[in-house]
Parts: sequence; C-alpha cells; structure tokens
Amino acid sequence: MDLFEHEARDLFERYGVPVPRGFVADTPESAREAAAELGGTVVVKAQVKTGGRGKAGGIKLASTPDEAFVAAAAILGMDIKGHTVHEVLITEASEIAEEYYLSFLLDRANRTFIGMASATGGMEIEEMADSITRMPASAFDASAVFSTEIAAEVNAVASALWKVFVAEDATLVEVNPLARTKDGRIIALDGKVTLDDNAAFRHSRPTDAASGDPLEVRAAEKGLNYVKLDGTVGVIGNGAGLVMSTLDVVALAGAAPANFLDIGGGASAQVMADGLDVVLSDPSVRSVFVNVFGGITACDAVAGGIVQALGMLGDRADKPLVVRLDGNNAEAGHRILDEARHPLITVAHTMDDAAGRAAALAGKES
Amino acid sequence: MAIFLDENSRVVVQGMTGSEGAKHTRRMLAAGTKVVGGVNARKAGTSVGFDDVTLPVYGTVAQAMAETGATVSVLFVPPAFTGDAVIEAIDAGIGLAVVITEGVPVHDTARFWAHAQGRSTRIIGPNCPGIISPGRSNAGIIPADITKPGSIGLVSKSGTLTYQLMHELKDFGFTTCVGIGGDPIVGTTHIDAIEAFEADPETELIVMIGEIGGDAEERAAEFVRDNVSKPVVGYVAGFTAPEGRTMGHAGAIVSGSSGTAEAKKLAMEAAGIKVGRTPSETAALARAILTS
Repeated sequence: MDLFEHEARDLFERYGVPVPRGFVADTPESAREAAAELGGTVVVKAQVKTGGRGKAGGIKLASTPDEAFVAAAAILGMDIKGHTVHEVLITEASEIAEEYYLSFLLDRANRTFIGMASATGGMEIEEMADSITRMPASAFDASAVFSTEIAAEVNAVASALWKVFVAEDATLVEVNPLARTKDGRIIALDGKVTLDDNAAFRHSRPTDAASGDPLEVRAAEKGLNYVKLDGTVGVIGNGAGLVMSTLDVVALAGAAPANFLDIGGGASAQVMADGLDVVLSDPSVRSVFVNVFGGITACDAVAGGIVQALGMLGDRADKPLVVRLDGNNAEAGHRILDEARHPLITVAHTMDDAAGRAAALAGKES
Repeated sequence: MAIFLDENSRVVVQGMTGSEGAKHTRRMLAAGTKVVGGVNARKAGTSVGFDDVTLPVYGTVAQAMAETGATVSVLFVPPAFTGDAVIEAIDAGIGLAVVITEGVPVHDTARFWAHAQGRSTRIIGPNCPGIISPGRSNAGIIPADITKPGSIGLVSKSGTLTYQLMHELKDFGFTTCVGIGGDPIVGTTHIDAIEAFEADPETELIVMIGEIGGDAEERAAEFVRDNVSKPVVGYVAGFTAPEGRTMGHAGAIVSGSSGTAEAKKLAMEAAGIKVGRTPSETAALARAILTS
C-alpha cells in the first residue's frame, strides 16, 4: 500500500526524520486556518498517490492565509492522472539551498534491502538515475555521496529513515527532495512510503478504501482479490497467474478485460456468487469469462457453485457467461453445466476458444 | 533422475496438525511421498492418524530429523510464525525447506533468506505450491494426478499455470515441477531450477513460466543464453496488467517501466527461448520440439 504524502510526513516525524510543520486540509477554509497557524509563506500540495503533481498545477505557494484559501480552492477537486484531490497538505515554505535524494527499498534481484542517495534531487527518479549511488542498507554511508559536514547530517536522517523502513514493514521509504535550507537545516520536503500489505497484521494502519474504486472497495469487503480495469469482458479465475494469463488471452481475442478477479483455491458457491456479483455490478461488463483449472478444487464443485451462484443472484445476473473448466473432474463439471441448461451459460473447452466467445459476446451487445 | 526432490526424500511437515497441513499431508502420502512426521512445539509427543499410517509429532525440526532422518520440511505455518519456523529448519540443517504459506511479510523472508546464506538449506517459496517429481515424491500442494514421470522440467512463479502446463503436456510427463512462488523475494529462482534441469540427464526440455514484476525472467534468460544447451520454452503472464497495481501475487507488479511482460518476453526470445502467447501455444511449442 502506498501512503499519501501527509501520512508519510507523519511517519517520518514520529521516527525523527526532520519534516516541515504542516496540516492537512479538506476545505479552502481549513487551508486558510492552517496557513494562519503556520504563519509566513506556505506550500499547498495536492494529496494524491501519483507523481507529476507539480506539472499538473497541484502544488502552489501562498504568502498569505487568503492566498492559501484560493490555492486550496483551485487544487481541491482537481483530477491528476485519474486521481481526484480530496485533501491538501499545507506546510511552511523553506528557502532551499540544495536538493538531494535519499531512499531505502527492497532489492528483489539481490533479495535484500538497499539504500540510495544522490546529491541532486527534486526530479523524477528516472531523470537522475545516473547520479544515484546504491549501497547495501546495512552499510549505508552518505559520505560516499556528500561532503563530510553534510554527510554527517544526511547519515542522521538516513538512520531515522531506516527505522521507519524496518519498524513499519515498508518496501520503500523515499525522500525526494531532501533539502538543505539556506539557514543550514536538512529537511525532508516530500516523502513516499510503500508498506508491505503482508505485514498489515502486525500494524495498525490507515485503510486504503476511501481512495479506491467503489467496486474494488466492495470486493475487498468480501475478501476478494479484485482489480478494476477498463474493458468489457469480466474475468473470474483461480490463481493469480492463471487470471493474469486469462486477461492476456482476452486481449489477444480482440477484446479488453474489465477486471482481474482471483477467487483462489476454494471456489465455493458463496465465493463464486460474491465474485459474480461484483463483476456483474460493473456497468461496462458485457460478458463474463469464468476460467478455472481444477487442481485441488474439483471442477464439479465449481460448476455447482456457478449454477448456485446464478440462482442466488437472480435477476442481477443478466450478462452472458462463458465457462471453461479443465483439470480435476472437468467432465463431471461440464455435465452439471449442460444439465442446468442455464440460458446465460456457454461452455467452452479451451482458454483460447472461451476468450474468443467471450470477446464476441461482448462485441455483439455494443 | 529429478531435481531437488526424489524417492529417497524423507519429509516432515511443519504445521501438520493444522487443517491445511493435515489435508495436504494426506494428499502427499497418497502420492507416495515418504512423509515421516510433523513438527509442532505445542503438540510434541502426540501423533496424527492418516489413512494407513500414524505419524508422530515432534517438538522441533532438529528432533524430527534425529528421529526420522528427514531431509525435507514442508511448511504450512501461519504467516506471523513462518519466519521463525524457516529459521528453525535452517538451523536444524534440513536440506530443503518448502514454504507453502502465502502472506509472509517480505522483511521476514529477507531475514530467513539472509540466514540461509552459507548454510545447507535450499528454500523454495514462500507463497508457492511446492515441488513434485511425479512418481517419486510430492512436497507441497501440487495435485499429483495431473501427470506422470517423463522428460520435461518445469519452473514457474504461478501455481495454476503450472497445473495448466502439466495438464497440456501430460502425455510427455515431467521429471520435476518447481513452483517457486510469486513473492518479491523467493528462496529458489528460475535460474536455480534451470541450472539443475540442465545438469539432470533425464530432463530433455525445460519450461519456464514467468509473470510481471522484478527482473527474474530477464536474468534467467541471460543464464539460459550463456549456460543451457537444452531447449527452453517459456511463457509470461500479465501483458494487460496496469502499471502500479499488484495482481494477486505480492510480487506481481509493474513499477514504472520495469517488470513488464513485454520486456521479459523480448529478453527470453533474445536468449533463444521460444515463448508462447498463451499457455496452449506454449504447450504446442514444447510438443513440437519433443516430437521433432
């Protein structure tokens, strides 16, 4: 899970990473109050989980509380790369002498954690790739990058940042820019934190729900592994790899998948009904491709689950379903689907054939 | 021959007394695996009855190894306790630890991976279906009845895609199928398995299945180009995955321009690997090579 900048700022503060004073505001009025409280010039920053806020006009300077009101009014509600701005962060403005880069992250290839630092910062990471020095997190030393007096201060920040990384089970903690102000302070002006969802059980964390797609929120409430996409063919399958593969096969058949939904190994009637309910609630879905390989799960149980799920959904099930079952007890599964003679169900015997049919059905209704 | 697991492997199950552990211990036994006991500190000294056999429960992996000569541990331990359980298995000197558990924090995996360096344990997983050498032994949750012993070696990040390819190529059979798991850090990589398949005289063809995220496939492709004489057929899932979204597996995420399926496919093809666009086309490519 990615955190909002203000959530990252609060975490940094808690572990002793120096940050500017700041407040979150969700109305222009509260932005004005925050600016008055901070005094002097402030920065009003859109809170969205995507880059490029500056270019999109999502970051503005305000030298008075009234200017902060105007800036917040302009930024709140703005759409930045598909993310609506619901909150702004108001911080005191800093007079910047230099901008640096500092981060700790997971290094998948070496199966460990690394630290990265650069004496230039404030740009997109891709733009400064050549200037970044990478080192093992356990041997991080800013003097590889900075002059002696600055290195000591950056090392102090790095040590606090590493505490955030470890204690919060992060996979990325990034400060960009890390600034040296004209009065000589080192301060984290912007932060990005990604937390490991697998470690959520040992932390109390903010929920991601408010910022998510409504269908994704609903799926998450039912414990379903669902990602909303832009197409018209709904996809339900078992196993992350098989479902990703199913999306690709739908695309090869000339249609676009409407979602990723992995119902996992069990695939009970209830899980199938929950899954179908979410997928069929998506107004852009025109057909649904159910793709199950029965490993431990028996296909007859899955087929029974589909028929039962359609019964449970009643009139809410109103789009054609193409079902492909293979593996454990596939023939018994096909028999159940044949005998049910459900008007919405088409049985296909291979993934490629099923994708073709689902794509054709999605096209026909447009 | 097979890789990493064969008919002489003696298996203990950490978490055998739990519902998943018990269910799959029964299935492993039915597949002919030599399961010799379970490990659970709180139930040491008890035993668990299966269809034709009663298995003892030991307090520690070290005890289980001393009493039974176990060489492999399969872990069905809840995520919060997996890290410590794997470290216990490593410290006991087990040869192979197969970590089935999904949802292990990556900091814990990094910790047990670091602990395993310089020690004698190979780790497979976490978040994986395990490893099967058909007709010889099955350590994990891969269905044993999909296919038979044969000449193909398979390594995959995905469980169900492994089953799909085993099914499509069941008439040829397999030496070993290794599900390495879909987490950002895994104990055994594509390269580890491919290197072992290259050295295994019974394996005639290697199938590698990848998915978005990281650069394991790119590095495996480079390894194949430089070190592998056997034919390799590949498949990559996730061409349609949007940037920045985790697709089911914790490690399946395209970050910026890195980890895309397209980049993996191109790297594999550049290394001489024949890459299918669908699982069926991948199976057809393997079939064509094996029957030519």
